[in-house]
Amino acid sequence: MEKQSIDQLKKISSQVRRDCLRMVHAVQSGHPGAALGLTEYFVALYFNEMTHNNNFKMEGKGEDLFFLSNGHVSALWYSVLARSGYFNVEELATFRKLNSRLQGHPATHEGLPGIRIASGSLGQGLSVAIGVAQAKKIDKDDKLVYVMMGDGEQQEGQVWEACMYAAHHKVDNLIAAIDYNGQQIDGPTAKIMDLKNLRAKWEAFGWEVVEVKKGNDMEAVVAGLDEAKSLTGKGKPVLILLYTEMGFGVDFMVGTHKWHGVAPSDAELENALGQLEETLGDY
Amino acid sequence: MEKTLDLKYTYTEKKDTRSGFGDGLLEAGRNNPNVVGLCADLIGSLKMGAFQKEFPDRFFQVGIAEANMIGLAAGLAIGGKIPFTGTFANFSTGRVYDQIRQSVAYSDKNVKICASHAGLTLGEDGATHQILEDVGMMRMLPHMTVINPCDYNQTKAATLALVDHVGPAYLRFGRPVWPIFTPADQKFEIGKAWKMIEGKDVTIFATGHLVWEAVVAEAMLREEGIFAEVINIHTIKPFDEAAVLASIAKTGCAVSAEEHQINGGLGDSIAQALVRNNPAPLEYVGVLDSFGESGTPTQLLEKYGLNAENIVKAAKKAIARK
Repeated sequence: MEKQSIDQLKKISSQVRRDCLRMVHAVQSGHPGAALGLTEYFVALYFNEMTHNNNFKMEGKGEDLFFLSNGHVSALWYSVLARSGYFNVEELATFRKLNSRLQGHPATHEGLPGIRIASGSLGQGLSVAIGVAQAKKIDKDDKLVYVMMGDGEQQEGQVWEACMYAAHHKVDNLIAAIDYNGQQIDGPTAKIMDLKNLRAKWEAFGWEVVEVKKGNDMEAVVAGLDEAKSLTGKGKPVLILLYTEMGFGVDFMVGTHKWHGVAPSDAELENALGQLEETLGDY
Repeated sequence: MEKTLDLKYTYTEKKDTRSGFGDGLLEAGRNNPNVVGLCADLIGSLKMGAFQKEFPDRFFQVGIAEANMIGLAAGLAIGGKIPFTGTFANFSTGRVYDQIRQSVAYSDKNVKICASHAGLTLGEDGATHQILEDVGMMRMLPHMTVINPCDYNQTKAATLALVDHVGPAYLRFGRPVWPIFTPADQKFEIGKAWKMIEGKDVTIFATGHLVWEAVVAEAMLREEGIFAEVINIHTIKPFDEAAVLASIAKTGCAVSAEEHQINGGLGDSIAQALVRNNPAPLEYVGVLDSFGESGTPTQLLEKYGLNAENIVKAAKKAIARK
């Protein structure tokens, strides 16, 4: 797939946000907050940074592979996969409905192209991504493995088992990222279970850490990913601390955990779509 | 006592089933370059040392982090590898149930969860380590194959068979040395029950270590003029219902024998098959809703009612209920 310009990536992001909101609205369930917050990162990965093949093959040999550990961001992933050509964008209309391949949380069970493992129960994706990265090393495949986690997810113990393992085994073909939006279901992470200094924690475990302070600024996201890539292959796994704002792009949704798992009403959807340009055509 | 019985199967050597796994894994590694091993700080106990030595680039020491191990294995499977994870049965199942459920079973990953030290015969370490619920947990999971071989040779054969079997699987074996009474060159067919002894009065369906106890029980019953059929149910899931029903149609009653809770174990699968198709008396030899405790394997099997004597009693009870 051809690399897109920053301007084009921004346009795709606007359409992806429209997709996410319309999907969640149509079925009146889902998780719009983090999906809007992570849009730039996903769009940058799929339309600029990763070498990947939308003619989906499970093993993904010779490709960069992406894994989503915080599976509730599914609407965003589905939109980006469809817009990348993994399946028809019309199928986005089936999101969370009976007999759909677009399950509430990502799954392989129905055979949706682009998904390699189920996620939703938190804390498992980093371990899986490390396993895939080690399989690539055995096969002398020089492509990278990416994995996204939530910041609330850092409260799961398995994340730290995997964190320790990747550094010990020098899994340096891996770029993990944390969606650092400071929010979780019951409120701000600082109040619910303070994560304290994540950078210091990951560095202490032996990782390279790249901070992207403007995770909703496309130039900053692409620059951060480029920097992270430059740090791979040097004996250490790489982490991106991606500072994002939940609900970014819609003025009444931004910066609050209120929209973690709540769908907009008809009027709210209309208001939100008025703030996001339709650039590629709604499904 | 065994020596004076006219046993249909005999042995000259005893070995632990976990060594059957270790030796099978080594051979599997030689046969197939995609076989990889993972272990959570129990290489010696799981007998994975020879594989690690011969294939250091295909072996991953995970440390005491079983949840991570299951996720890693799922990832390696995505990449086309055939991962065999090794730890005790307790830490292979209950400790990582959600990881297995989401990343392995639901995602249909080709991961082989290999679990040693299952059941009471773990012995002196006591109930914290003697898991008796693992078969129940694993057989409830959609997509999961559940195998509990009976001796060294069968465990080795099962390990090798799993290499060619695509899909999630749970392989359960144990710690103590145990009679080797099945042939070294046996063909292991996943999902196919093995009728070891033909009989007419009662069928003993046994799995794991208790298959040997069933063989002994058959000889004891025969001395009293009772002819028992002995069927080795090495694969608990998929369950060979046809073999169970065919035997019951002949004998008319059954005993299940397993080193596991009665709740959720092999006996439950047999009961389901009988109730739906051909109701017949069934007696359970298994652990009755309790935890284990410290002791020698022989002492524990006796105290919890899992030896040949108890199978004989159960068989007589089942026959009386016909």
